Amino acid sequence: MIKITGLTKIFDKGTINEKTALDNINLTLAEGEFVTVIGGNGAGKSTLLNCIAGVHPVDAGQIVLNSVDVTEMPEHKRSRWLGRVFQDPALGTAFDMTIEENLAIAYCKNKRRGLQPGLRRHEQQYFREQLALLGLGLENRLKDKVSLLSGGQRQALTVLMATIVQPKLLLLDEHTAALDPLTARKVLALTKQLVAENKLSTLMITHNMKEALEVGSRTIMMHNGKIILDLQGAERAELTVEKLIALFEERSGAYLANDRLLLN
Amino acid sequence: MSYLAFLGSIELGLIYSVMALGVFISYRTLNTPDLTVDGSFVLGAATAAVLISGGGSPFWAILIAFAAGCAAGCVTALLNTKLRIQPLISSILVMLALYSVNLRVMGGRANIHLMNTPSIYHLFAETALAGFSKLVVAAISMLIILLLLYFFLNTRLGFALRATGDNEVMVRAAGIDSNQMKILGLALANGLVAASGAMIAQYQSYADAGMGVGMVVIGLASVIIGEVIFGVKPLWRRLLAVVLGSILYRLIIAFALGRGMPATDLKLVSAVIVAVALSAGSFKDGLRKQLSRLPYFQKRVLYHD
Ligand SMILES: Nc1ncnc2c1ncn2[C@@H]1O[C@H](COP(=O)(O)OP(=O)(O)OP(=O)(O)O)[C@@H](O)[C@H]1O
Ligand SMILES: [Mg+2]
Repeated sequence: MIKITGLTKIFDKGTINEKTALDNINLTLAEGEFVTVIGGNGAGKSTLLNCIAGVHPVDAGQIVLNSVDVTEMPEHKRSRWLGRVFQDPALGTAFDMTIEENLAIAYCKNKRRGLQPGLRRHEQQYFREQLALLGLGLENRLKDKVSLLSGGQRQALTVLMATIVQPKLLLLDEHTAALDPLTARKVLALTKQLVAENKLSTLMITHNMKEALEVGSRTIMMHNGKIILDLQGAERAELTVEKLIALFEERSGAYLANDRLLLN
Repeated sequence: MSYLAFLGSIELGLIYSVMALGVFISYRTLNTPDLTVDGSFVLGAATAAVLISGGGSPFWAILIAFAAGCAAGCVTALLNTKLRIQPLISSILVMLALYSVNLRVMGGRANIHLMNTPSIYHLFAETALAGFSKLVVAAISMLIILLLLYFFLNTRLGFALRATGDNEVMVRAAGIDSNQMKILGLALANGLVAASGAMIAQYQSYADAGMGVGMVVIGLASVIIGEVIFGVKPLWRRLLAVVLGSILYRLIIAFALGRGMPATDLKLVSAVIVAVALSAGSFKDGLRKQLSRLPYFQKRVLYHD
């Protein structure tokens, strides 16, 4: 479970570029809840995920993960409870290392990293099985460098890496946005499958309204660093993309100026 | 080239390859340009020379030189990670500081000659291998270090170190302290460089405050020559390529000297070799990158249309 209270993030505080990216955010996710996050450009979606992951220090508020207050904890320490997939396929993997080495690094997340062999035979076997589940044929390419993979293959691998040690919370920041539509659908299906199998709590940013309503069990919409909509249950089930856009414009008092949102 | 010059080049190439492996760790594995090398090489040589001329064991001298080099690398990494000074600047600062430190280590002298002192190269002097004692010792030391390095880079810690040079974001997401890895990497790199310095001091029977000038360039030359000629595929081949690159570099230099090139032009030639090798590498890289990026961009364009 994750509980965020009064989370505020101000970039370049005290300068003329001062920007309140997160404005007193309150959000609680129950165990196993899958939440999609939408909002216009610069709404603060990525900043929210980055603050949860510890990439940025926060200006106020508290982040409690699994009843541990992680607000001040360095990024790499709280990573043990988090799985992350990024928009840029290059960010999720070490490109100059092989597929199996990348998986081994992810697999050791909560283990001591000393002079043990980096990769054991039974681990190789396990990775092969896990890769086979992706259905991309990567199980036959364990020794290929990641730099040889396409964006979609890398993203699928990153999703696997993010979940191979079960995280308490999965953070997905537009992780299909850089892929072609077909590959994007595949990676999304894979994500849903892994989330369902492991009953993972998930925060997924998407710019696709339809996707936002179809995937997961709850949708939040952000605007100017605030959560302006929080939809679940019957209310969400009845919603269409058109109604969602109307709702957004009503709540934010702004025209939904995001080409990518309107496109879909 | 005379037989002796040839043999000497191989020996030097083997000993300097340990330094080149250090440069490989910082420049390739960690992806940081590290000029500490120029200072830590001398630090290793000076430490060993002082210890040996004081009656110390030549083996221990190398180990202690390694430790001293590690310390120098740590300082560079700490300047970078804790004080947030750019890696290149951090390393220049430490290189400069080491110039004074090295003179202190040598007790204010600019050089130390090792006369009639024991050295690791005498190990086989009394055996059937006497004629090749230096070559055998250099080859064995290089092999031991190469194997240890290879095994280390294949441990969990080694994986973490290698990934840090590739992608720090991913490394932190995997629960690894990327700053710690940078410290570890630069320590290891400069430890190897200093160990090589200690071995050279014993080989040449002297240590000199100026012997490290341009060392990083020689290391880079070895790494890049190795890559251009022997490829970059599996890790063991990359490491071996560094060693072969180092030997090849020495052979090129020996050849040029044999052809009547004045020794004072050596640094100029080193710089030219690196420039040529680097541009060959970047030409290949650039081409590959451009090709691999093509479909990615096409997809993006498609999607937004
Ligand atoms: N590192 C940073 N330094 C300064 N300002 C930043 C930084 N990161 C984000 N911002 C600002 O914070 C605001 C929120 O940005 P954020 O990246 O969270 O938006 P987003 O909702 O993810 O938008 P998009 O849909 O474009 O990805 C923006 O105004 C942005 O300019
Ligand atoms: Mg974003």
